[in-house]
Amino acid sequence: MSAAAAATTAADPSSSGRPKLPREARIGLAVAAILAGALLPLFIDGEGGFIDDATVALAYVVMALGLNIIVGFAGLLDLGYVAFFAIGAYTMGYFGSLFHITANNGEGIHILVSGPAANLPGIHVNFLIIVVLAIVATTIAGMVIGLPTLRLRGDYIAIVTLAFGEIVQRIAINGDDIKVFGSQLTAGRQGITPVDKIDLPFLAPFNSLELRPWYWVAFALVLIALFVNFRLRDSRLGRAWIALREDEVAAVSMGVPLVKTKLLAYGTGAAFGGVSGAFFGSYLNTVNADQFQFSFSIFVLAMIILGGLGSIWGVVVGAVTLSFINNRLIPDVLNDVPAKIGLNFDLTELSFGIFGFLLVIMMVLRPEGLIPERRRQIELSAGIEDLAVDEESVYEARVP
Amino acid sequence: MAAASLPAAQPAALRAARRFASQYGLIAVLLIMPVAFGIHDLRTEGDLSRLGNNLEDGLSNGSIWALVAIGYTLVYGIVELINFAHGEVFMLGSFVAVRLFGTIGLTAATGVPGLVVGLIVTLLVSMIALGVLNVMIERVAYRPLRNAPKLAPLITAVGFSFILQNVGLLWRGGSQQGIEDLINSQAELVNLGGVSVTHGDMLAVAVTIPLVLAMTTFIARSRLGKAMRATAQDPDAARLMGINVDTTISATFLIGGMLAGAAGLIYALYQTTIWYFQGFTAGLIAFTAAVMGGIGNIRGAVLGGLIIGFIQQISDNRIGTEWTPAIVFAYLVLIMVFKPSGLLGEQTREAG
Repeated sequence: MSAAAAATTAADPSSSGRPKLPREARIGLAVAAILAGALLPLFIDGEGGFIDDATVALAYVVMALGLNIIVGFAGLLDLGYVAFFAIGAYTMGYFGSLFHITANNGEGIHILVSGPAANLPGIHVNFLIIVVLAIVATTIAGMVIGLPTLRLRGDYIAIVTLAFGEIVQRIAINGDDIKVFGSQLTAGRQGITPVDKIDLPFLAPFNSLELRPWYWVAFALVLIALFVNFRLRDSRLGRAWIALREDEVAAVSMGVPLVKTKLLAYGTGAAFGGVSGAFFGSYLNTVNADQFQFSFSIFVLAMIILGGLGSIWGVVVGAVTLSFINNRLIPDVLNDVPAKIGLNFDLTELSFGIFGFLLVIMMVLRPEGLIPERRRQIELSAGIEDLAVDEESVYEARVP
Repeated sequence: MAAASLPAAQPAALRAARRFASQYGLIAVLLIMPVAFGIHDLRTEGDLSRLGNNLEDGLSNGSIWALVAIGYTLVYGIVELINFAHGEVFMLGSFVAVRLFGTIGLTAATGVPGLVVGLIVTLLVSMIALGVLNVMIERVAYRPLRNAPKLAPLITAVGFSFILQNVGLLWRGGSQQGIEDLINSQAELVNLGGVSVTHGDMLAVAVTIPLVLAMTTFIARSRLGKAMRATAQDPDAARLMGINVDTTISATFLIGGMLAGAAGLIYALYQTTIWYFQGFTAGLIAFTAAVMGGIGNIRGAVLGGLIIGFIQQISDNRIGTEWTPAIVFAYLVLIMVFKPSGLLGEQTREAG
């Protein structure tokens, strides 16, 4: 494995055109950003549209950080990420709603829940346990979807994952016709609703009027996702992913275990999608087959492309930006622009055209994203003369 | 996987089984549905006319997929890119054709000679329009990225497919639209022993066969076709031999777009409903067809298109339309797992 690390280092001319901030400044910036994020809800209305958009944006950050592991770190273009969103959301729907209304002869099964859910029929499990279940389910699903792609490269992976995403969506849509143990597999387009609110130990169950607790839960999920992302990127596994991304043949011949490394990328990336999916299921109060469309995968992909593939802070910025563009800028601010200039259509209809345009523009003009990962920036834009390697920055890249 | 490719690591029986599976596995998988339903028909109805009807509908439907699949396979062969926007080009083909019917003034009441001339004019115009559109997409979205990492053009392709989808959405709105049934497509033309051939089937086959023949001849015989094959094999060597690689790639996109335009016209006449989202599913189905036949191989794309059309018809007819995409995609995954090189294809670098 040390050989693989050496290979990574050799392929890693870590100096870039962008001046690198000193370590203290970077930590200071990160702490300031986290504090600002955590204290933000205290200064805004707990019911308004803004905190709603902010919460959704944070949940998207978790999802984008997950996809970033698969696409950004390991270089496996996954166009079926929506499958993990779906599986996470359905885990929430199965174990936290009235969906299995006949469970336990109509009396319901309740595990560590309080509040109104404790007296309802159906299966009701504590949110934290559901998150664990969602992680398990999506990790397995990620590996299952990853298996057929192990022999493939490049665009073929994209197509197979896309096909899996579509199959999952089809099952979600048509699942109300499938009976498993006497109950429906999914609720199809009608959706599973209502879904239990998040119910944390020592706290009252959340409600849909006071959105601050939801925000803080989403924020905590983001912090966990960030921590895992940073630790994984700098770990042996993370270096193996990057080695595979840069040159699969070289990495394998240096002793990187191909199957294990790729499957772990799919599994970990999928797990974040599942966590975020469970959160969305509870927050949006519905698990509906129409949520799980291909365009969702592209939406999340556009976030990490905009921010910069593989760049963790870039992905955060990209996810927050696109989420706000989608939920606030297009429907609230710009929506009447076509009408003003005399055109007869709704801008919200075109949001995915706008994201498509964004993908094309980003790729043609600034393929490294808003906040590029340094390694990729070099790969994409710098010439050979910029590749002056100094020992210190190579070391820094591996042990920041 | 790395260990599996070492020949000495596994016993001979296992190796033979693997070889057998990789050679005939795909064919066996493809035969499961027709054979199962054939036996079912024989037992319940006593003849195979239902299966025959499925087969015949599948052929006409499949010829549409074949035309679209050729576009994928040509582009993949020459620039190793899955042109995600191709399905959307096909969708716009339908839209342009329907618009032209209106402009020319074709209605169901038009007499046969007028209809034939009108259709041929529409076919030519929409083929040229869509061919040019495809060339422009290549110029804007793919050419600037020719030396970028492989992920980059794939992402712009996805982006472009969304842009074109929204163009369609703006053009004709978000719901399925019925169009005038110009050729009375469901009317029976002949009945061959219980298998009914409709006008729509006839049109699909009558347009597809000449187009495919013309195209294969063009690629096999003409100077530009030769340049296309050379570029597909080795772009750098082709450039050294004095071939203008950029023009050749543009020509490939032109032909692909033209065939997609033709397919769009047939689809509009055949299904008599069009909507902006038809291109997405059609694109994936056609891509499955191209992979099934062996990507980069034109005959393979035609064969794959016909087989996928057949699978699709059986599944529409017997399992339910709502499951068809899932079944086609399941086939796609199976092919990728067992034989990524497809029925007729050679091993490509990507599918290895």
